[in-house]
Amino acid sequence: MLDNEVPQEGNSTLAGHRKAMYARGTDGKLHIVQSAGWEVEEIVTRQAVDDLNRLAEDARQRVIAGQTSALEYHMHKARMDVPLLSQVTGLWQWRIRRHFRPDIFHRLSDELLRCYGEAMGLSIEQLKKVD
Amino acid sequence: MEFQHSHASHCESGVMSSMLRHLGLPISEAMAFGLSSALSFAYLPIVKINGLPLIAYRMPPKFIIKGLQKPLGLKMRFETFRSPEAGERRLNDLLDAGKLVGMQTSVFWLPYMPEDLRFHFNAHNVLAYGRDTASGDYQLSDPVVETTVTCAPADLRRARFAKGVLAPKGLLYYPEGKPSEPDWARVLPKAIKKTTRIMLDSPIPIIGTRGIRRLANAIERLDAQGNPAAAKMFIGQVVRMQEEIGTGGGGFRFIYAAFLQEAAERLARPALNELSDTLIDIGDDWREFALSTARMIRDREPLNPTKLADKLRAIADREQGFFRDLRRAAA
Repeated sequence: MLDNEVPQEGNSTLAGHRKAMYARGTDGKLHIVQSAGWEVEEIVTRQAVDDLNRLAEDARQRVIAGQTSALEYHMHKARMDVPLLSQVTGLWQWRIRRHFRPDIFHRLSDELLRCYGEAMGLSIEQLKKVD
Repeated sequence: MEFQHSHASHCESGVMSSMLRHLGLPISEAMAFGLSSALSFAYLPIVKINGLPLIAYRMPPKFIIKGLQKPLGLKMRFETFRSPEAGERRLNDLLDAGKLVGMQTSVFWLPYMPEDLRFHFNAHNVLAYGRDTASGDYQLSDPVVETTVTCAPADLRRARFAKGVLAPKGLLYYPEGKPSEPDWARVLPKAIKKTTRIMLDSPIPIIGTRGIRRLANAIERLDAQGNPAAAKMFIGQVVRMQEEIGTGGGGFRFIYAAFLQEAAERLARPALNELSDTLIDIGDDWREFALSTARMIRDREPLNPTKLADKLRAIADREQGFFRDLRRAAA
């Protein structure tokens, strides 16, 4: 990659940041060139973010329909999945999945709610509702 | 001495380069990367990140920090903590003592990172060089960010004590004593040979050039007709690991090429310059693979896993030839 080939396509996922890339100058030496982003990176990052947002939105619809608990929505919103949430909270995966049932979620103790809230950086009140 | 921030492409080599320069041994990021033999390839289908396999273009976290100790005669101290409180106290004490402290963190909890890049990736590296007395915020030098940043204690605590794959457990690291100028004629060939061993002689078929072929086979098996969305997620993940997660482009191939140029100069071996040119070409091949993949994800060209797999196999062949030549040149 030459200096003038370093993409400067204003990748929106970088939010104005620039990243350091290695490219070849006219003297043949490699050096760091700041890049405003490459569309390829934007496509793959956007793909991952969109997929996570899709999961969160899907969960939100199901919360409104009463098919799942707000916990599942917040888990996806925090870009987590069940195995990760299980590692963070120290709870079994099947237990977390059980807490996706609205009737069971409503009966959870404050202590468990705090544990989930802690894991995702939310207060108990935030955890209980979807926005 | 006033701390000096510099922008790097990879967090761990960037942290070590800044730290060493602060200690009076100016070493470029590329040199820190190459001297610790950090280049690699690994396809780890068992380690899952959001249900997708981990693909790494470098050795595991801490490999650079640890690998620089021997050639530079440097002793690094590593400390992990069971409780966030203890970890925070220790960090404060070290900063008060005027130390420059390296930390392993999650990316997700660092508020200064761009929103779209904040995934639950736990092996990020950041330097702390001070604390703002008024606000109590930490002054950080994150190598992948252009300038220095600040971070509130609560956020940093979360980032340092995030859980999951590669959980940092509050890891702090800092040097004991000072590094010394190495005997380049001895350490450089040794470091290069180690990289060729990793890439060519791994007994496990998921590491090195064999790992690239293994990944090609996995991509070929993807069900492009039955479940194109899942296939696209898989190939997208490969490109994210290669281009987005601070690799300097082409999955660290360019940064290693920069190291080879430096090595050529230090050892007065022009052959390494030619090899560097070859590696730049290989890096361009990786970029081309990324471009094709992205086009397929966006349906600008038909989704064709076999075509991508063939590209990867061609890269594996080239890398195999390259690392054999490199082994001969470093002998």
